[in-house]
Amino acid sequence: MTGGYGKGPDILHDCTIAVDKGEIAVIVGPNGAGKSTAMKAVFGMLDVRSGAVRLDGQDITALSPQDRVARGMGFVPQTNNIFTSMSVEENLEMGAFIRRDDFGDTIEQVYELFPILKDKRRQAAGELSGGQRQQVAVGRALMTQPQVLMLDEPTAGVSPIVMDELFDRIIEVARTGISILMVEQNARQALAIADKGYVLVQGANAHTGTGTDLLGDPEVRQSFLGG
Amino acid sequence: MDLLNAFVALANFVLIPAIAYGAQLALGALGVTLIYGILRFSNFAHGDTMAFGAMVTILVTWLLQGWGVSLGPLPTALLALPFGILGAMALVLITDRTVYRFYRKQRVKPVILVIVSMGVMFIYNGLVRFIIGPDDQRFADGERFIISVRDFKALTGLDEGLAIRTTQGLTLVTAVITVAVLFWFLNRTRTGKSMRAYSDNEDLALLSGINPERVVMITWLIVAALATIAGTLYGLDKTFKPFTYFQLLLPVFASAIVGGLGSPIGAIAGGFLIAFSEVGITYAWKKVATYALPDALAPNSLLQLLGTDYKFAVSFVILVIVLLVRPTGLFKGKSV
Repeated sequence: MTGGYGKGPDILHDCTIAVDKGEIAVIVGPNGAGKSTAMKAVFGMLDVRSGAVRLDGQDITALSPQDRVARGMGFVPQTNNIFTSMSVEENLEMGAFIRRDDFGDTIEQVYELFPILKDKRRQAAGELSGGQRQQVAVGRALMTQPQVLMLDEPTAGVSPIVMDELFDRIIEVARTGISILMVEQNARQALAIADKGYVLVQGANAHTGTGTDLLGDPEVRQSFLGG
Repeated sequence: MDLLNAFVALANFVLIPAIAYGAQLALGALGVTLIYGILRFSNFAHGDTMAFGAMVTILVTWLLQGWGVSLGPLPTALLALPFGILGAMALVLITDRTVYRFYRKQRVKPVILVIVSMGVMFIYNGLVRFIIGPDDQRFADGERFIISVRDFKALTGLDEGLAIRTTQGLTLVTAVITVAVLFWFLNRTRTGKSMRAYSDNEDLALLSGINPERVVMITWLIVAALATIAGTLYGLDKTFKPFTYFQLLLPVFASAIVGGLGSPIGAIAGGFLIAFSEVGITYAWKKVATYALPDALAPNSLLQLLGTDYKFAVSFVILVIVLLVRPTGLFKGKSV
């Protein structure tokens, strides 16, 4: 993919990102490397000027983000990713807005995955703690039963303990057969759970490999993981 | 000291009128607050939307009266109200298609939409005067009182009378039903929840597949219904005069802002707060005080804080105080 925002310059340069069913792919890289931009390109939030986005073999490059949600992509933005004034359950219902069938059992599945949400389901989502809010945000995106779930820095601003818990939950989500594409600041922990890792530098692929490979790669360690 | 008579006088001159007026303001403020929450601008044309809806209701009322249709003790205007609502809905939808949508597509700043709505206000203003004229119009019929002063005195044997006009009772009942239906819609239905979601977080609502144009259209429809109901009730309770609806804009906005813009519960609380302040401050308390206080303390003056001519100053002062002290309003709406 090559592309940028509006009429601006290209931010991504021949960047390639892929994730297979049930796998976790993590995009890491220094600040301003275009990590979030790459994810937004996959989700259709910026102009891809050359290259293509494919979901399950089908070219979806021309689709709007809304249409991609209908096709089976879920996206959790980094900030403002919940309806703060609405209850947890209403957040989940809004996540399932495009579904016309009965989504009651999907809500139950989300509650099984995030039991704390069931206890707080009548509470306004804005009153929850940071980690719980992220669970609501992920739960909301899961309501469409997506094939691919994209997370933009899910652990930004939460404590290390909560971060570990969130990563555990993300692994559980992947085990249900959902592919996960994730942008992370906490590169070391994220790569540790990743099946695939992409190191981006200035909008282009710098290193690609399995999470453990990248963690073991001296060059990657040197430049991005602080030795 | 005669606390019973004091209370009756208080109820007759302050409580009942303020409750009816508060209900009318609350319905008006709900419309303002919904537009602010969904379309994100202060709709200055709201007062004249109320006038337009009420005007259509009046015209249909006259037509029905001409045919000899009546509701017995209730005003015929109740029958005409659905037509007034339809008329106002048509007007705001046409306005939205021709005016607001153009600016929405450009993603203009809210302040520009506010100015646009002022232009719309002047057009509505002219439209209403052009059709029905600038004068007072009477359209209330049916029974005038639920309980009149004479009946009340005969019933209770008290010196003070208490009157409840049909329109006051009707205002309260209609307002309660309208608000109940509105809250049920916003909190229980899929469409209502999608409106709240859109108001809460526009981007995430789009991501969730909520269609913004549909949300906007439904908002206008609800607002037109609320405005027409508020305008008709106000017209029944007082009289219908296009200019008074323009003046109503200030207390209506004050109610919405005091309650917290974007918060429906706030709009209702704000409506009653403004109404009680306005009536309370402009009422001459001498009569109530004479009953309530021992004879030695009986007041000589009228005990009226402000002449009724200045009633709009009350909402203005409250508005300024709230904006200075608590800009998000009582119920934590969005700050202006």
